[in-house]
Amino acid sequence: MESPRIGLAYLAPYLIGLLVFTAIPFLGSLYLSFTDYNLIQSPVWSGMDNFRELMNDRTFMRSLRVTLLYVFITVPLKLAFALFIAVILNYRLRAIGFFRTAYYVPSILGGSIAIAVLWRYIFADAGLVNMVLTGMGLEPVNWFGDPVNALFTISLLRTWQFGSAMVIFLAALQAVDKSLYEAAAIDGANKWHSFVHITLPLITPVIFFNLIMQMVQAFQEFNGPYIITGGGPLKSTYLLPLYIYDEAFKNFNMGYASAIAWVLFLIIMVLTVVAFWSSKKWVYYAGDKRS
Amino acid sequence: MADIATAIPAAAPAHEVRAARLSAFVRYTLLTVVGLIMLYPLIWLIGASFKTNSEIFGSIGFIPREPTLEGYVKGWETSTPYTFGRFFWNTFLIILPKTIFTAISCALVAYGFARFEFPFKRFFFATLIATLLLPNVVTRIPQYILFRDLGWLDSYLPLWVPSAFAGDAFFVFMLVQFLRAIPRDMEEAARVDGANSFQTLIHIVVPMLLPALISVMLFQFMWTMNDFLGPLIYLSSVEKFPVSLALKLSIDTTEAFDWNRILAMSVLALLPALIVFFMAQKYFIEGISAGGVKG
Repeated sequence: MESPRIGLAYLAPYLIGLLVFTAIPFLGSLYLSFTDYNLIQSPVWSGMDNFRELMNDRTFMRSLRVTLLYVFITVPLKLAFALFIAVILNYRLRAIGFFRTAYYVPSILGGSIAIAVLWRYIFADAGLVNMVLTGMGLEPVNWFGDPVNALFTISLLRTWQFGSAMVIFLAALQAVDKSLYEAAAIDGANKWHSFVHITLPLITPVIFFNLIMQMVQAFQEFNGPYIITGGGPLKSTYLLPLYIYDEAFKNFNMGYASAIAWVLFLIIMVLTVVAFWSSKKWVYYAGDKRS
Repeated sequence: MADIATAIPAAAPAHEVRAARLSAFVRYTLLTVVGLIMLYPLIWLIGASFKTNSEIFGSIGFIPREPTLEGYVKGWETSTPYTFGRFFWNTFLIILPKTIFTAISCALVAYGFARFEFPFKRFFFATLIATLLLPNVVTRIPQYILFRDLGWLDSYLPLWVPSAFAGDAFFVFMLVQFLRAIPRDMEEAARVDGANSFQTLIHIVVPMLLPALISVMLFQFMWTMNDFLGPLIYLSSVEKFPVSLALKLSIDTTEAFDWNRILAMSVLALLPALIVFFMAQKYFIEGISAGGVKG
């Protein structure tokens, strides 16, 4: 018989990849963030200079603010929408499969550049959305000309793709033991009480999972602003990933770009750690169901 | 609406039946209205791609008044020496090896995690979860420098090679979850009969893992089809561009007012993903539910 250590051989591709494409680059970008590196001369150690410069960099500060605003608008909006639709779908509806598919399609296509292109057209001054608004007797909105609206338009694009979060919510909702609701109904609980006291606690693990995944994703948003607004107007949609891209691959300031990337990474990490830490207080794990 | 009535327990009192019917009606209406609002942009896009340029910003409806293929014909030509056919072929050249490498490497690694005990297994699995949460943005620059030093810039190698090393932790995680739910009886029987672990993997595990592997390949297909930043960073010659980059290029180079060309090519860019999704949607839904919930 083979030794169980043969398992390590099966892991080999992953371990090599982990080292070469993840671990070394991860530490590499930490190192680069303390250097000046323009890809032509070798990196020059510059200590904390990049980070000191960041503190006085108005583009960076603005970009950081816009990124946080974007994440704090998009993630709750998307999750709330996904949960709301999943709850409605979870009733014993006949056409559940049809609706689930219809709502999932935007998520499947969502990352595509073609969808960002579409967004440019439907939110244009004379685009579909404004035609509908004027048709209803409302004032047309300057979606891309106004800094606040422009960011919100990109948030809307990502909220529109709530489908994958919804499918995960729906699977969790369907796994809730129906007898719990019947018992609660006998005790006189109404639908709302059942939802708050039975459904929500039981699906907290999935809420937590979706929250983390959507947050990590939202902090890295690139395609939307790059294609739709190009970061404007007045840098109001210039999210940190765009700034990193410009610094690294247009200006070839690899050191400075790495410093920005690390600040972004630390923000994501702190928020993830806070979420994990707080999850002990609000996420409910039933017994030993996890294998 | 007979199907609503069937959803109500037979013995319920009359006023409850009425209330349940009303709430089912409200729910269906809400779902339909929201669904229409959500899908209308896509429907409009398809219609608009057959419109004349003057009509695109002229009406809310999606049915073109004077349908024309001008957008498709001119859009396909592009302003480069190549047609969109070339860009679709390039996309295919990126996707095919990537999907195959992903399936093979992720199946091997998931098998290792799910079926064997070895030193540091827990630690390695923890790194898998950590990679899942690690934002790519923090590894991208050194990866670029690595591929530059290897002389791989402006080739598909930076896009292909990481997938041969189980580069997408999400897929490994998904397959591990799937494997843990499969009983080991058949594998143990095969081992008793003298098969080694690799033969067991090929003849017993892979056939059982097939639905999950299909999910993995479909997801990789979609993600690669939609990937923009990877090609944007690594590819510089237009002849190697995939559809996503070509579309961005056509926005930048097409003259103003030639909207229908861009919309037509957007429709074509979405088409492969849409077709694959509708042919295999069960794999997507199961894949995403399995990856998400069992964690």
